[in-house]
Amino acid sequence: MNDKTAVQKNSESAQNDVALIPPVDVLEDASGITLYADLPGVPKENLSLQIDADTLTIAGEIAVEMPEGVQASHAEVSLPRYRRTFNLSKELDSTKVNAEFNNGVLKLSIPKAAHAQPRKIEIKVA
Amino acid sequence: MFYFSPRPRDLFAEFGRIQSEMQQALETSSSIRGFARNGFPALNVGGTPFSVEVYAFVPGLAPESIEVQLERGVLTLMGERKGITQNPEQGITVHMAERFNGGFRRVVTLPEDIDPNSVEAKYRDGVLHVSMRRREEAQPRRISIQ
Repeated sequence: MNDKTAVQKNSESAQNDVALIPPVDVLEDASGITLYADLPGVPKENLSLQIDADTLTIAGEIAVEMPEGVQASHAEVSLPRYRRTFNLSKELDSTKVNAEFNNGVLKLSIPKAAHAQPRKIEIKVA
Repeated sequence: MFYFSPRPRDLFAEFGRIQSEMQQALETSSSIRGFARNGFPALNVGGTPFSVEVYAFVPGLAPESIEVQLERGVLTLMGERKGITQNPEQGITVHMAERFNGGFRRVVTLPEDIDPNSVEAKYRDGVLHVSMRRREEAQPRRISIQ
């Protein structure tokens, strides 16, 4: 797909370039947050996860095998990369993030820090 | 929302979207089945003089659960993706629910010169790639002048 490769060449180095925004599901339970993101076409080695202070960045480059000389006649996925950023809140423990990536779906589990886990507060009767 | 909602600062993506929408509005020969944007799975279609290539972006589905049919020049992709956000268990809060869930069916009208016996389908990293060869008599060839 011609225009796709052109886009890739023009902006390989730029960090603020245009990217597709992957759809996500975010669930929370008592132990932490689970995030699912759709990143179809991204092989495991092209996926990058970054946590910088309280910012989580998910980025991935699409690498789909294409026969030589293919001309796009219709393209709904029109850029070769995904990127999305989330602000994490303080009670999450970003050092214990667990990531799984299968068939283009990323599953991230971010636990809550031990001190932020729910606990019952005892009421003392005077 | 499906891959296409750029952040406000992604001005160029926004321009690109507007441009492609205008192009679609001006296009005279649009397919009778149309091409639903924001549909699931997203489709990219392309071709070479020898083949037609269809890429369906179907993340999170086992390849055997996707049904691919080719009938009278029409390619149909069917399946179901179970969501995780519809009936959350007790104690689970859903903060964002953007990923597609439920049954899907997308149809592509193929050019007439496809050889229906040459269809190949591969699934990798959440992308289903259907490749079909064009009939030999339809492929470009050099005609020698006598």
